[in-house]
Amino acid sequence: MSTTIFEKGRDGRSGSFIPRNDCPLDDLDIPERRTLPLDLPCVAEQAIVRHYVELASKNYHIDKGMYPLGSCTMKYNPIVNEEIARLDGFAGLHPAQDEEDVQGALELIYELERALSEICGMEAFALQPAAGAHGELTGMMIARDYFRDRGESRTVVIVPDSAHGTNPASVAICGFTPRTIQSNERGLVDLGALREAVGGETAVLMLTLPNTLGLFERDIAAVIEIVHDAGALVYMDGANMNAMLGIVRPGTIGVDIMHVNLHKTFSTPHGGGGPGSGPVGVREALVDFLPVPRIVKKGGRYTLSHESEKSIGRVHPYFGNFNVFVKAFAYISSLGAAGLREVSENAILNANYLLAKIAKHYDITYSGPCMHEFVASGRNLKKYGVKTTDVAKRLLDYGLHAPTIYFPLIVEEALMIEPVETERKGDLDHFAGVMARIAEEARENPDLLHDAPHDTPVRRLDEAAAARSPDLCWPIELE
Amino acid sequence: MSYVQNTDRDRNEMLEAIGVSSLDELLEPIDESLRVHGLLDLGPPMSEAAVVSRCTELARRNRPAGVAVGFLGGGIYDRFIPAVVRYVLSRSEFYTSYTPYQAEVSQGTLQAIYEYQSMISRLTGMDAANASLYDGATSLAEAMLMACGIKRKGRILVPRALSQRIRMVLESYAAGKRIAVEEVPFSDDGTLDAASLAKRIDQETAAVVLAQPNYFGIIEPAGEIAALVHERGAMLIAYVDPISLGIIAPPGEYDADIVVGEGQQLGNAMNFGGPLLGFMATKKDYIRKCPGRLISATVDRDGRRGYVMTLQTREQHIRREKATSNICTNEGLCAVAAAVYLAALGDTGFRGLALQCAAKSRTLYRMLKETRGCSLAFGENFFQEFVVNITSPLGTFLAEAKSRGILAGIPLGNDFPELGEGALLVAVTERRTRVELERYRDVVRQAGGES
Repeated sequence: MSTTIFEKGRDGRSGSFIPRNDCPLDDLDIPERRTLPLDLPCVAEQAIVRHYVELASKNYHIDKGMYPLGSCTMKYNPIVNEEIARLDGFAGLHPAQDEEDVQGALELIYELERALSEICGMEAFALQPAAGAHGELTGMMIARDYFRDRGESRTVVIVPDSAHGTNPASVAICGFTPRTIQSNERGLVDLGALREAVGGETAVLMLTLPNTLGLFERDIAAVIEIVHDAGALVYMDGANMNAMLGIVRPGTIGVDIMHVNLHKTFSTPHGGGGPGSGPVGVREALVDFLPVPRIVKKGGRYTLSHESEKSIGRVHPYFGNFNVFVKAFAYISSLGAAGLREVSENAILNANYLLAKIAKHYDITYSGPCMHEFVASGRNLKKYGVKTTDVAKRLLDYGLHAPTIYFPLIVEEALMIEPVETERKGDLDHFAGVMARIAEEARENPDLLHDAPHDTPVRRLDEAAAARSPDLCWPIELE
Repeated sequence: MSYVQNTDRDRNEMLEAIGVSSLDELLEPIDESLRVHGLLDLGPPMSEAAVVSRCTELARRNRPAGVAVGFLGGGIYDRFIPAVVRYVLSRSEFYTSYTPYQAEVSQGTLQAIYEYQSMISRLTGMDAANASLYDGATSLAEAMLMACGIKRKGRILVPRALSQRIRMVLESYAAGKRIAVEEVPFSDDGTLDAASLAKRIDQETAAVVLAQPNYFGIIEPAGEIAALVHERGAMLIAYVDPISLGIIAPPGEYDADIVVGEGQQLGNAMNFGGPLLGFMATKKDYIRKCPGRLISATVDRDGRRGYVMTLQTREQHIRREKATSNICTNEGLCAVAAAVYLAALGDTGFRGLALQCAAKSRTLYRMLKETRGCSLAFGENFFQEFVVNITSPLGTFLAEAKSRGILAGIPLGNDFPELGEGALLVAVTERRTRVELERYRDVVRQAGGES
C-alpha cells in the first residue's frame, strides 16, 4: 500500500514553479472570494517524483508485457510518435489561432482524414469524437439527422447481442430505441432474425465487424442488403478494424457510417483510460451531416468550412484530440499501405495461432478461423469450482495481464483474447504455456486460483464494500 | 517502418501449428469479392527518420502560441507546466497502460485517479468527483442529461454569455432527448440577468447553468443566482474555470448541484484544443446518477488499502442502454497530469497563481482603460479575461499586433454581435509579463492614433 500524496506532506515545502508576479497585487477588488480551504497536498518535487514512481511500479503496461485484452487492441506504441506529438509546433498551438498560423496542423488533420477514408473506403472522415463511444454517438446523430432530412421517422436501431455495451448506450442517448437480435449458433448475425427485426421503423443496424467473438460476418453482403432494402443504414463499430487493414474496406462493401479507434488500430497509447480518439467516416450521401467545421483545401491552403446546413453541429469544442491525431498520422505514414496490411495479417495469424494452442485446454464455443481475436470459455474448469475470474487473477501472478473476461455476454465464462500483431511467436508461446499450466492448477489445486493473485501489489479487492459505501475522496482536513 | 516482430520462419511455424498452408486460408470467412485487391493508395512505408522529417516539417509550418505573446483564452490557456508533470506523463507505466480492469495490477493508475478525484472535490468544494470526461463542453452536456434525468424534466437554461462552441455541443446532445436549451441574457455589467432568469424558470426547467466566470470573464454573483434557482425548484449546474477556484468561491460554497468544467489548464498542453479534460463533481446524493468512471478506496483480502473502479452498474458495459452515459474511454492521462500539477503547486502556489492571473489581467485592463483606441465592455468584476472593444478596424489591429508578435485575443463579433464588431476577448495568464502588457497597450494606442 502506498500512502496518498495528501499524507506525504501537508505542511511540507512546495516548489516554486510559476513565474514571479510583476504586477501590483493590492487593490484587486475581486468579488466572490473563496472561504473554503483548498487543502491541496504540500510536497516538494522529489516527494512528488518518488510518489509517482512508486505508483508507476504498481501498474501493468504494454512496455512490460503482453496485454491480451480482447477488443482493446493493446499493441506497441512507437516511441517516436510520442516524441513527434510533443513538438512545440503541435503541442503549443492554441485552437483559436488564425488559420494562417496553423497550416501544418490543418494539413495533418486533412491528410489523416484522407488516409482513414482510403483505409476504410469511406467518402470522408471527421475527427472530432474524442473516443470510440463518442464516435458511435456522433454516427447515430448523423443517422438521425439524415432521416429527419428525408422526412422519415425511424426510431429503432438494431444491435446484435454480442455488441459492446457502448453501442446500445450511444443509441439511447441519441433518442433511438435499441432492439437486440440474437446471434445464431455460429456466433453470427442470424439472417432470419434480422429479416424479422427490420422494418419501416428501422433506422440503423449497428454492427461490430469483425464481431466481438472475433468472427467475420460471413453473410455480411446479405446482412447489408437486408438493411438497405428496408431503407435503413448500416453502422459499423470499427473497434476491431485491426483485423481488416488493407483486406476489407467497409465503405466499399456497403457500410454507411463507421468509426475507428485511433487508440486501438492506429497505435496511440491508452493512457490508463484515455485520451483516445474515435473518428467517424461516412459514405457520400451522408457527408453533409458530418460535424463542422470541415477542413477544406483551396489552392494549396487549408481552411475551415462551416458551410453545411445539414451538419449535426459540433461534438467537440475544437478539432478533437489533436495530439492523438499526430501519433496516428505518424504511425500510418511509417507503415504505409504494405505495413498496414502486414499489421492485420499478423494480427490474424497471431490470434489463430494462439487459438490453436489455447483450444487444447479451454473450450472454444465458436469454431474458427478467427480474425484478430477469439473467445475461449473457462466453463470446463467449473467442475473444479474454478471461475474465469480465478483464471484471470492467476495470470497476474505469472506477470501477465488477463484477457477481457465475461464479455461478450453470450459466451459463458468468457475469456476474450486479442494478442495483436506486435507480439512475437515466443510471447504467444509463453502466454499459451501459462494458460495451460493454470488449467492444470485448476484441476490439481483449485485454491491456488481462488486465492490468486498472490504476488501483486495488492490481493483481491473488496469491490462489494466499495459499491456499498464508496470512498471517492481522501478526507478533507478542515483548518 | 514495421513494428511486427514475427519472422518468416515464425510465420511458417505458426501456419503449420494452425494447420493451414497459407494466410489466405485464414481469410476464408471473407468472401473473395469483398476483399481489397492490391495495395491501398497510401504510399510506401517510411523510415523513422523520414517520418520525423515529414512531421517536423508540418510542425514548422505552424506558429505556436508560445513563440508569440499570446492573449488567447476562451477556455484553453497557455500556462507554464512544471517539468515534473511531463516527467510523470512520459512514464510508460502510465501512458501505455489500459483502463484499470485488473485492479491488482493497476493500483498506480487507480490511486493516481483517486487522488485526482480528491483534488477536484477540494477545488470545487463538492462531495465527490468522477474520473474524467472528454472535455468541458461534453461534461456540461452530460451534466444536462444527468439533471434532466434526475428531475425528469426536459428544459435547461444557459447563459447567453457562454462559449458558442460549448453551446453547439450542448445542442447536439440535447437534440436526442428533445431537451429544450434556452438562453438567459446578460445585463449591462456582463453578469447574468437575474430578473430575466427568475421569469424563465418554469415547471419544466430541470436545471440552470451558471458559468463562473462566464465567457466574457465576468465573475457572477453565484450565491444570489443559486438561491434564485433553488427557490424555484431547479438544479444548479456550475461550469467553472478550475484556476479561478484558487481565489473565487467554489460551487460547494453556493450549493451547486453539479459542477463541470474544462481542466486542460491543469498541467496539460494546449495541443490545438485536444485532448482536453472534462471534470465533474457533485453532491453525495447524486453520485449514483453521475456519468463515467469512479474510483473508490477499499481493502484487499489481507486488509490492505487499495483502489477499484466502483458503482459500475451505472455504466454502459453493465447497464447498456439504461446506463447513465455511453462514455467508456475518457481522459485518464490528462487527469493524472492535473493531479501532478495541483500537487506540484500546492495550496500556496495554486492560490498565488490565481491571484497573479487576476493581478496581471487587471493591470492590462487598467492600462487599456486609459488608452485611446479602445473601450472596455464591462467593469473590473472579472477573473483573468475581459472584453475590450477596439475602435479601429479589428482585422487591421489584429494583423498589426501579430506583426509585433502579439496574438491579441479572440474576436467575439461573429458570435456576439451585440458586443460590437471590435469586441475582443483578452486573456492574461501568469506567463505574461508587465513588459508584454505594455507592448499590448502600445499597439492599441498606436491603432488609436496616439504615438
